[in-house]
Parts: sequence; C-alpha cells; structure tokens
Amino acid sequence: MSGTLGALVSIGFHGLAFAMVLYLISVGLSVTMGLMGFVNLAHGAFAMLGGYVMTVSMTRYGVPFLAALGLAAATAALVSIPLERLLYRRFYGGEELDQVLLTMGLIFMSVAGATYLWGPQTQHMQPPDWLAGQVDLGFRSFPAYRSFLIVCGGALVVALWLGLEHTRFGAQIRAAVDNLRMAQSVGINTSRLFVLTFALGSGLAGLGGGLGADLMAINPTYALQYLVYFIIVVAVGGLGSIRGPFFAALFIGIADTAFKYYLPELGAFFIYALTMMLLLWRPQGLFGRA
Amino acid sequence: MSSEATRAATVDAFARRHRFRAIEAAPWLLALAVYVVFPRYLPLGAQILATILFVLSADLVLGYAGIVTLGHAAFFGTGAYTAGLLAANGWGEPLSGLIAAALTAALVGFLSGLIILRATGLALLMQTLVVATTLYEAANKLGRWTGGDDGLSGMVVWPIFGMFRFDLFGRTAYTYCLVVLFLGWLLARQIAHSPFGRSLTGARENTSRMHAIGAPVARRRLIIYTISAALAGVAGALIAQTTSFVGLTSLSLERSGNALIMLIIGGVGRLYGAFIGVPLFMVAQDRFSKIDPVYWYFWLGLLMISVVVFARGGVLGLFERLWGLRRR
Repeated sequence: MSGTLGALVSIGFHGLAFAMVLYLISVGLSVTMGLMGFVNLAHGAFAMLGGYVMTVSMTRYGVPFLAALGLAAATAALVSIPLERLLYRRFYGGEELDQVLLTMGLIFMSVAGATYLWGPQTQHMQPPDWLAGQVDLGFRSFPAYRSFLIVCGGALVVALWLGLEHTRFGAQIRAAVDNLRMAQSVGINTSRLFVLTFALGSGLAGLGGGLGADLMAINPTYALQYLVYFIIVVAVGGLGSIRGPFFAALFIGIADTAFKYYLPELGAFFIYALTMMLLLWRPQGLFGRA
Repeated sequence: MSSEATRAATVDAFARRHRFRAIEAAPWLLALAVYVVFPRYLPLGAQILATILFVLSADLVLGYAGIVTLGHAAFFGTGAYTAGLLAANGWGEPLSGLIAAALTAALVGFLSGLIILRATGLALLMQTLVVATTLYEAANKLGRWTGGDDGLSGMVVWPIFGMFRFDLFGRTAYTYCLVVLFLGWLLARQIAHSPFGRSLTGARENTSRMHAIGAPVARRRLIIYTISAALAGVAGALIAQTTSFVGLTSLSLERSGNALIMLIIGGVGRLYGAFIGVPLFMVAQDRFSKIDPVYWYFWLGLLMISVVVFARGGVLGLFERLWGLRRR
C-alpha cells in the first residue's frame, strides 16, 4: 500500500474512533439543549465521572473491563438524576445566564471534587488483554482497542437511532422536541421524560468518557478542557438534533486527526476556524432548525 | 394638567433618571481613600480597577442588550496583546497603546459580531465561546510573536505623557487605571441612559415588539457589541501595560467565565454590579486561592450555584430587596 493511502486510512481510522467518543458524549448535551432548553456546560463532568469510575475501578479494584464500562455509565446516570431533580429542572427554558452560572459552578465543583477524591494526576486506562495489540483485517492491521471503540460506538449509535424511531419512549422524545406544549397536551408526562432523557444522556456521556479514556485524558479539569469540543459538536450538528451531532462528530473527529497529523504545529486551530466558517454558512448548524 | 405640563413632567422624569446622584460618587471616593489608606495594595488595586472596566463592558452586552456571552475574553485578550505587542516592539507610549487596543478589539468585536449575532440564545452563547477559543488557539500557535504558552514579555512601557513613570508601588498604575475607568464608566453610563440604551433593553425584553415599532434591532446589537469590545480591549491593555506581561489566560474561557461570575455577584444590568462584584471576587481570590486553589474552586462553584438559586440579582439585588422591605 502506498504511503499516502496508508496515512489516509490511518487518519480515517483514528478519526472515526475519536468521532465515536465525541458523539457518545455530546448527544446527551444536544438533546438537553433542544428538549429542555438548557445549556448544560457541566455535561463533560458526567463524562469525566464515567472516566474516573472506569479507570479507578479497573486499576484499584480489579473490576473486569466490560463490567467497569457498565459501572461507568450507570454511575453517571444515577448521579445525574438527583442533580436534575434538585437543580437543573428549576431552570428549564429559563434565562441562559442562570444556566451558564449554575453549570459553570458545577464544573468548578467537579474540578475540586475530582482532585479531592482521586488526586490531580491523569488516570491511565490499561485495555484488557483481549483488546491489547493489533487486529489483522487482511490488508492491514489496526490497534485492537480502537477497533473495539469503533464497533462498540457504532453499535450504540444504531441502537440509539433505532430506539428513537421504534420505541414509545423515543416517539415521546421526538414529540417533545418538536412541540413541548402539544406533547404535554396529549398526556405525555414530560417531567418524567426529562429526567429519563437526562439520565440517558449522562449515562451515554459516562460511557463515552470511560471508553475514550485513552483518547481524552481523565484528569480533574476534563470538563473544562474538552468543553469546547462538545460545544462545537452540538453547534455544528444543530441543537436538539440526534443525528446532527453524529455527522458533526465525524467531521470534527476526522478533520482534527488529519490536521494534527499533517500540520501538528497548528494544533486545534483549524478546527475552530473551520467551525466558524461553517457557522457563517449555516448559523443554526447542519441539522438545526432556524 | 395641560398637555404642555404633562410633557414637561415626562421629560423631567426621564431627566431625573439620568441625573447624577450623590451615592454615585461613593465608589470614586472609596477608590481615592484606598490610594491613601492602603498604599501597599495599589498593584492589586490597579488590577481590580482594570477588571471593573472589563466587567462593566460585559454588563453592557449582557445586562443591557441581553447577549449572554462566554467569550468576552476574546476582546480583553485582543486589547492586551495589541498593547503588549506594541510595547514589546519599540512603541511603549501608553495612551496610543490604549487607543490601538480599543480599535483592534472593536474590529474583532465588529467582525465576529457580524457572524455570530445572527444567532440567538443557546446557539449564540456557543458561538461566542467558539470565537474566543479560536483566538486563544491562534495566540497559542503564533508563539513566535506572542510567546505562546510562556506569555509575552519584554514589554517596555514609557512614562505617561513622558512624565509619570510606572513605579514599583503601583501609584502611577493605580491612578492611570482609575482615570481610564472613570472615563469608561462615564461612557457606559451615557449609553445606558440614552435612547439607544433604552432601545437595547427593549430588544432584550421583547425583540418582536421592537421590530414592530421599527427599531433596527440587529444593527443596534452589533453597535453595542462593538463598543463593549472596545472597552474590554482597553481593560486588557490597561492590565498589560501596568503588569508588563500578557499571558494566554487573557483570552481564556476562565477569564470570560470569571467576568460573568463577578457580574452576577454584584448584580447584572445595574451599571454598578462590576464595582461591587469585582473587588469582592478579586480580594477573596487573592486571599483564598493562595491557601489552596482546589478548595477555592469548590467554594467558588458552591457560591455560584447559591447565587443563582437563592440570590438572583446579586449584592445589588439584595440591597434593592431590603430597601423595598424597609419602605413598605
């Protein structure tokens, strides 16, 4: 295989893996913004929580990989429920300034809390033996863990989309996003819908944080450090969209990997500039409604 | 009452709102007292004064025009780097540095405003963040000029008017910041009470109705965004010139976020929120973050949540409520 083609395949592969993690984390943010009209800047804190639960339970307590993954998602979802009930729900559809301050406050507390509980250093995740090394696909071999990431992420995306189309819960979410008052009028319990959706989004974020622990380093400032990535995915994908963020994540994951490969000295600058251009063209994002 | 008299009364009512009240002299008298009583704290005092100007500029877009921004540091940093680059490359004249900073920041504000002010609400909020991050990353990667992560050093700032040297005790810096803040405050006050300022508040409260009475809402939002950017740029330049250093943090999300926090602590849309929130925040930060930065973050986060949940309107809002109770 020629060098250029090899590099392109490599960029596509790693970009795809990054995109899966970005999507899993950001989709909950997009839905919270579209459905509840709430800008949850602290969304990344749930991903961080998942990442910590995953890495710490594996390294300190020897929990097996898949169980740790489940634990990460469950913890993030469970922690998000009381927060939603006690804090978030008071501000649904309210003033953005309040939401921003509330969630920035939560970010700060998450930074302090993570430092207190797990120390300031980065947590490393050791993939299990069956995911170490490479898998050979005939024409080329790929790192096994990243391949697992793509397969696992892809399966979740398909499950999420099918669930949204074909389950009663999914139909309720779609109805509420389209027209909240009408959904309430036909008897959908939106308060319950909100808390379930919020927990689902947070759980997916926890899962993404855990799965992507080797791509996005788990440290106390995680929620602040990667906030812009999550925000960009939602801004480019379009608020409230479930599919939009997927294509946005794909675009950002692959573009970011490509720029870092070819122009490492410019780092993430191009991604931001590209996002600006895209928003100039479509202010409401790719799949957003004006 | 004749219509003539009604008219006069109405005009008088508006004029009264604009007239200077005795209490408005309080922050300035206090600032002068600090100069005399706490000579050792003047360097911190100068930083506080410049930050008040920055937060005041944020109040113009946030409190009056209702544009919630998470990227106001973009303009602060632009101003700081403009003044810093001039002083580091052989032009250390401070006043022209301020003007240059105001102009470049205004240009950045105007251009980014053209793009992002078309959006509203959450989309707008996210886009302000993206603008600031783009600039942050640009400054980070243009290390040859900006010094990147290490910050821009080697600034040589000349004496003001060729006479007042920036001294070690911060006397010149303090006075300089105080005078510039005073001028900035006069401008902001003028804007807030002008028909232009009232129409911004109108657009914040009900955009469609302002459209309906024929107000050019989009243009006015762009104008205030540009003016506010210029003021923020001046604030950045002040800090750059008085500390002879510009770091990447001047463009960071943390700075934008802190401006919001200080504003909300003081009170939004009241013109004086910055004068209360900034000193409280910065003195507390100066005391506590040295002891333990992690716990500072914890308490800061808790404070923000409590303010949002319990004390909307900040310190000034509390005062207004107490005042209201007393009068009842």
